[in-house]
This record gives sequence, C-alpha cells and structure tokens, in this order.
Amino acid sequence: MTLPDVAQAFPVSWLWLIPFFPLLGTALNTAFGPSLQKRFGKRANHAIAIGVMVASCVVAEIAFWKMFARPAHDRFFENRLWTMWQSGSLKVDLSFALDPLGMVMTLIVTHVATLIHIYSVGYMADEPAYWRFFLWLNLFVFSMLLLVMGSNFAVMFFGWEGVGLCSYGLIGFWYTDLEKAKAALKAFVVNRFGDFGFVIGLFILFWSLSGTWNAQSRYVPEAGLGSPRLGAPLAHPRVSPAGVQLGPTIEFRELRNQIADESSGMAGRLGAMTLFGLPVLALIGICLFIGAAGKSAQIPLYVWLPDAMAGPTPVSALIHAATMVTAGVYMVARLNFLFALSPVAMTVVATIGALTAIFAASIGFFQYDIKKVLAYSTVSQLGFMFIGVGVGAFWAGIFHLMTHAFFKACLFLGSGSVILACHHEQDMRKMGGLAKYTPITRWTYLAACWAIAGFPWAAGFYSKDEILWKAWTAEGLSAPWMGRAIYLIGAVAALGTAFYMFRSYYMTFTGEYRGGHGHAPKETQEDPEAVASHAHAAAALHAPDEHGAAVEALEASVPHPHGHDAHAAEAHEHGGLPHESPRSMTWVLIALAFAAVVSGVLFGLPKLWSGHEPLLEAFLAPSLPAAEKVPFREASHSTELLFQLIGIGIAVVGWAGARALYLDARSTVPERLKAAFPRAWGVVFNKYYVDELYDATVVRISVLFSRALYLFDQYVIDGIVNLMATIGRGVAYADAAFDQKVVDGAVNLLADGFLHGGATLRRLQTGRIQAYLFGALAGAIAFVIIQYVIR
Amino acid sequence: MSSIGLPHFLIVGAILFSLGMVTVVTRRNAVGILMGVELILNAANVNFIAFNHFVEGPGRLTGQVFSIFVIVLAAAEAAVGLAIVLAIYQTFRTIDVEETDLLRQ
Repeated sequence: MTLPDVAQAFPVSWLWLIPFFPLLGTALNTAFGPSLQKRFGKRANHAIAIGVMVASCVVAEIAFWKMFARPAHDRFFENRLWTMWQSGSLKVDLSFALDPLGMVMTLIVTHVATLIHIYSVGYMADEPAYWRFFLWLNLFVFSMLLLVMGSNFAVMFFGWEGVGLCSYGLIGFWYTDLEKAKAALKAFVVNRFGDFGFVIGLFILFWSLSGTWNAQSRYVPEAGLGSPRLGAPLAHPRVSPAGVQLGPTIEFRELRNQIADESSGMAGRLGAMTLFGLPVLALIGICLFIGAAGKSAQIPLYVWLPDAMAGPTPVSALIHAATMVTAGVYMVARLNFLFALSPVAMTVVATIGALTAIFAASIGFFQYDIKKVLAYSTVSQLGFMFIGVGVGAFWAGIFHLMTHAFFKACLFLGSGSVILACHHEQDMRKMGGLAKYTPITRWTYLAACWAIAGFPWAAGFYSKDEILWKAWTAEGLSAPWMGRAIYLIGAVAALGTAFYMFRSYYMTFTGEYRGGHGHAPKETQEDPEAVASHAHAAAALHAPDEHGAAVEALEASVPHPHGHDAHAAEAHEHGGLPHESPRSMTWVLIALAFAAVVSGVLFGLPKLWSGHEPLLEAFLAPSLPAAEKVPFREASHSTELLFQLIGIGIAVVGWAGARALYLDARSTVPERLKAAFPRAWGVVFNKYYVDELYDATVVRISVLFSRALYLFDQYVIDGIVNLMATIGRGVAYADAAFDQKVVDGAVNLLADGFLHGGATLRRLQTGRIQAYLFGALAGAIAFVIIQYVIR
Repeated sequence: MSSIGLPHFLIVGAILFSLGMVTVVTRRNAVGILMGVELILNAANVNFIAFNHFVEGPGRLTGQVFSIFVIVLAAAEAAVGLAIVLAIYQTFRTIDVEETDLLRQ
C-alpha cells in the first residue's frame, strides 16, 4: 500500500474528553473520596472510578469508529486546546492527537484499565484507603492517555513523568512498609536515569532540527531549506516543495512529515549532521532509547520492575505489565521515522531487546515467587517488543505489545487470584493442586500461558513469530549477521519463556496443595494486600448477614493490612483450603483470557496464511512511514512456514520440558540439578547479582557522592550561609544601636520636651479667676504699652 | 480756669474703672469682687453720659438709654452674682476666691 508522505491533521474538538474523564475521577475521589467512603461505603468510590473509565472507553471507541470511517491516509485526528507557552521557534501546545498508532494504544489502555478497575473492586475490597487506590489508578490512566495521545513531546513527556509518579505512588501504596516504600523509590530513581537520557535526546533532536540555532553546527543547508546562510535568523518560515513546514518542532506529526517527505531533504541533512564527531541520529536514537529502557525495564535499567511487584497485584497487571512499561516501545514506534534513519540506533534497540529477553527469561527459570516470575517474564517480553521495533517491524512490536497487554494482564490478575486463593502466599512451592479449587483461574491462566508460550491457537504465537521472522530477515541493522544472531537469541528466549511459564503453571495448579492450612502468623514475605483481599473473598463466601459483620469487624481491626490477629481470628471460619475468587474478578480474567486467545488470529493473521496484510499492520501503516523504508530480505514462503513451525516447536519443547519436570511435582530432576550445580543455580536464582552489582556501584557511588555533597553542604554552603548570617547580625546590631540611640533619642527628646513644657505650663492654670483676670489685664496693658511704644 | 469738659469726665470714669479693676483683681472676698464689677459698670455709665453730652449733644438720649440698660444689667448681674456667691458658700463654706480653685481641674 502506498500512502502519501505528508500527513494532514483532521481537527476535532472532543479528543480531550478521553483523558479528561479519568482526571475527573481523580479529582472527585481526591476531593470527596474519604467522605463518600464514610457516608455511602466503598461502592461510591469505585462507582466514580469505573464510571469515568467506562465513559473514557466509550469516547475512545467512538473515536475509533470515526477514524475507521475515514480513508487510511487521512486518519490523523488532532485536538488543539491551547498554547501553553511559546519561546522563539519553540511552541508548546496542549494538544491531543490520535493516529492509528495512538488509537491502538488508547484502546488498549482504556479497555485493559477498565477491566483492571473492575477487578480491583474485589481485590481491594478491604483496603481502608480505598478511595486513595482508585484516585491513583485513575490518575495513572490519565497520565498514560496523555502519553499516548499527546501530539507533541511536551504533552507526551508530561504523561511520561505522570505515569512514573503514579507508578511510584502505587508501588508504595502501602507506604508504611519500608520494603515497599523502598521499591517505589527504586522504581522512581531508576526511571530518572532513563528520563535523563530521554530529555537529552529531545534536546539534541530539537537542536538538530533548527540548523540555524548554533553557528558552529556542521550543517550545510540543502536546496530544500530556504536560508542559504549559516546562522542566519529565520526571516520566513521554510517550506519544502511538498508544502511541509521545516524547522524545529516538537509536534510528532510535523516531525514525521519533515522526515517522511523526501523533498524536504531533512532526512539527508540529519544523516549528515554530527555532534562532537558523533552522528546525531544515532545519538538521538540511543538517548531516546535510554529513556525507553528506563520506562520499559530493559538492560541495564530493568532492576526496578521486579521490585515493583511490591505494589497491589492489579497495579502490577495494569502498570507493570500491560500499559506503562510498554511506553518505551510505543515511543520507539511513534518515532519510527527517526529510528529508521539510523541503523546504529536500530541495532542498539534490537540488541538490547534481545539480550534483555534472554537474560530476564533465564532469571525467570528459578524464581519461586509467582509474581517475580511474571515480572521477569514481562521484562523478557518487553525485550521481544524492542526486537520488533528495533529490526524495523514496528507493527509487530506494537502487535506484541497488544497481545502482551492481554495475556500478561490475565496472568498477573490470575496470579492475584491465586495469591488470594492461597491465603496471601506468593511462593509457588507452597501452592500446587489449585486446578481443583480455582477452576476459572486455572483455565484463564492456562490460556494466557498458551498465548505467551506461542501455541498457534493463542495470540502470542502470531506476534512473537512475526517479530522473530522479521528479525531473521532484517537487513536494516548495522551488520548483516545481526538479524540472525538476534533471531537465535530470541528463539532461545522464547524457549525459556515457554518453559518457565508452564513451570509456573504446573507448580501452581497441578499436584497436591502444599500450602499451610489456616493462617499461622508466618513471617515470610507475605503480601499485605492479599490479607485484605483474601479476607474480603472469604467474607464474600459467607451468607450476606455474616458478610456485613465480617467486613465491619475487619474494617475495625485492619487499619493496615498487617492485621494478623484479625486474620487469624477469621481463618478458622473457612478453613485452610484455597477458594475461587469473587465473580467480579473471575469475569475480568475470562474477558482477558478470551482476548489473549483470539486477538492474534483477529488482528495479526500472517499474510502467508490469509493472503492479505494483517489487519493491524494495515491499520497502523499511516503512522509508521518508516516501515516501508526498512529493508528486509526476500524469503520464500516455505522458509517462512518453516520458521513458523520452528516457533511452534519451541513452544512445544518448552512446554514438554516444564511438564516433564514440574507436573504434579513428581519429578526430582529439578532438585537434583539444583544440588548438582549449586553455584550456577545460586547465581541465576540471585538474579546474577545485578542488584548487588548496582548496590556496589551506582548506589554506592551515589551515596558517596551524596555524602560528599552533604559535607560540602555542611561546611562550605553552611559556612557561607552562616558567614552571611553573622554579617547580617552585625549589621542588624549596628542598626539596632542607631535606632535605639539616635532615632529613639530624637523621638524621646521631642516627647520629653512636650512633657516638661506641659508640666511647666500647667502651673499657670491655677483655677483662680483673679489670676486669669490679672493675666487678661496684664495682657491688655501690655498691648497698650506696645501700641504706645511702637507708634 | 476752663470749664469742666469731656476729659474730666473721662478721667473720673477711668479712675472709677481702675478702682473697680483693682478691686476685682485684688479682693479675696467674692462680694467685694461683685462690688468692683459694679464700679467698672458705673465707670462705663459715666463715660456713656459724658459722651452723650459732649459728642451727641443735648436733646439726644442714646447715652442715657445705654446707661439705664447697664444699670438694669448691673442689677441682674448682682442678683445672679450673689446667687453664685451663695452657692459657692454652700459648697466651700467660704467665699474666699483663693479657696475656690475648682476651675483648675
């Protein structure tokens, strides 16, 4: 399909409604949440939160159908609200835009978020600060929508930071627990490192677009660019022959047009520019990718994501699996035209993605905490997405993002249901046999496992296979063998994925239940949210009259989810056996599992099978102008089919391996292997000691540096401040003395003068009429005499 | 020896006034002061009559009318003054004006 290079905006006036509704929910729950919760119960809080999400979903869907009704090259909705500030050629509008890419993201975000809001109703039912949870959740959705709908870097960056903030607030939702607060801080600080790269990348990009800003730039203007003189101010806006305005911009669409429009010469110009002797495009790409790596948990900035599992499980599902962590992938796809210009940047993206995929997958092999397994799996899957966008298969990366949003949200919510069922136990060694007790969770979890492992009847196969196939045939990377190497790494990572996902499935759902009965207050890492939600689930199973009493009793006694005694008091009522979650949660699981299975066939059926482009690829094409420009090797259909078979083979091998080793917990091989290679096992189990490495290097250096700064502060800055203070005090003393002696003296002198004068004069007033009369007479005589004398 | 003219009357008036004035200023007895005031008023009467005679001319009664007014006024003044003196006496048990210095306050 050929599309025109220049994308024209279609102005609409209602896009702002999509992010507005979640913001409204946040505002309502912030302002009235506590009192509503007190007066009407928690129903009021989640009614607001879910209501606004549904409204947002509806607007997003209307937007989709309106967009769908328009011709493909004309699907660029734009809603400019107002100009936030303007400075020279930098004009920052608060404006929203939806193109097909943004539309897909918006639909994923709003719909998955709505489902997870509904799930949270059951999961967070006994949280005292219920309103706070939902306001954060709504605020997160608002920020995420800013991120995906912002039509320029400023709005996107606002959302980028906003989701980071909400991530911080939700990981540390139970902030009284120091470990969770630390995890929140870690996520925030690690993201700062990434954001630093992101901002630097933006600055370089903006600088490189201007060309006349800095006279030292090596930029030689091409014919298409108006001003012939270096460093000359822009008297007139420069316009390319195709009518695209050129020059610095932060608007994605304008940037896209400048680069996609061949006649502007911008692509060639950027390619020729250097900064400190380095090619500017590679520099921009790598800096932006550092930002993406921070947000999307890639090597070396992935360390925050596993720790982020300290947050409530719905948060893990929404933020740390389905939406926020994919922001980096979205950003690279959004700037596909820019990344595609630099093979070096593309290679870096794809390589880091591949390394992350296999690295995180290997850590996932030996984790026992079910949420940790899923966390590393998320890191690994994000690596796959970066392989996709890195090798130039942008749509495949976004496709995997979408399927991942479904199956990983399903897995996380399933794990939440499992944790709930097992009485806040996250250790898979203490689970087992749950298929019997939690059939719905089991089947949805299994469906999601099919999807992530890559069985052809579920979605993950289509997206992952497309990515790996494109990696194999990629030719846009800096070396021709890179694509194949990345394919091999990715294939091994996919094998690992299938293995550890089914390992978690078999450990959790097959065999005999190994968990403890009841709730002896054990001090292993227990998840406080599970205490609360489990209690709720238990309460939900009771008769309605007991329900109210139980909830009341809990609310009274569990101000913070660490209420062991409340829990234990209630434990004997329902025994120690696992139980299925309440209906509001299982329905969400079913919906997500359904999406995880069918979305692949629906949106991404390979061209090889159906004869036409996958629906999603066709839909995304206008947003991805670079997709046509990245070269791929031609390969025969039989080769492609062979690779698809290999993909299925990988999934089967991984599954079979996991089944052999972990089904019903019968095999002793894992334990024997662990005993045989204790050191290697330890290294992997301890996540290759990366956290320790960070502690020893970055954290240590930061702490030392901050200590040095502290000392500097203490002695130098404080010294200067104290000196200034002393000088100030000296001056003040002098001033006070002057005030007291001179000014007060003058005033007192005047006052004393009047006082003494009055005291003297009052003696004249004797009260004797004769004295007065005598005075009058004397006065008269004096006048007469004076008159006489003067005349 | 010239006949008695205006200056003589004025001198008599002035002497009367001075005597009255001195009486008012120096007497410590409130009744004495009232008497001094009478002298002063009568000094004025002398002047009125003298001026009427020498300046207005005979047949004119302006000065006399003024004098009669003054005499009536003096009577009223004396009545009021004696009443005040009586009140002072009742308040202070004395009519010594040196003692009645309430006006000072």
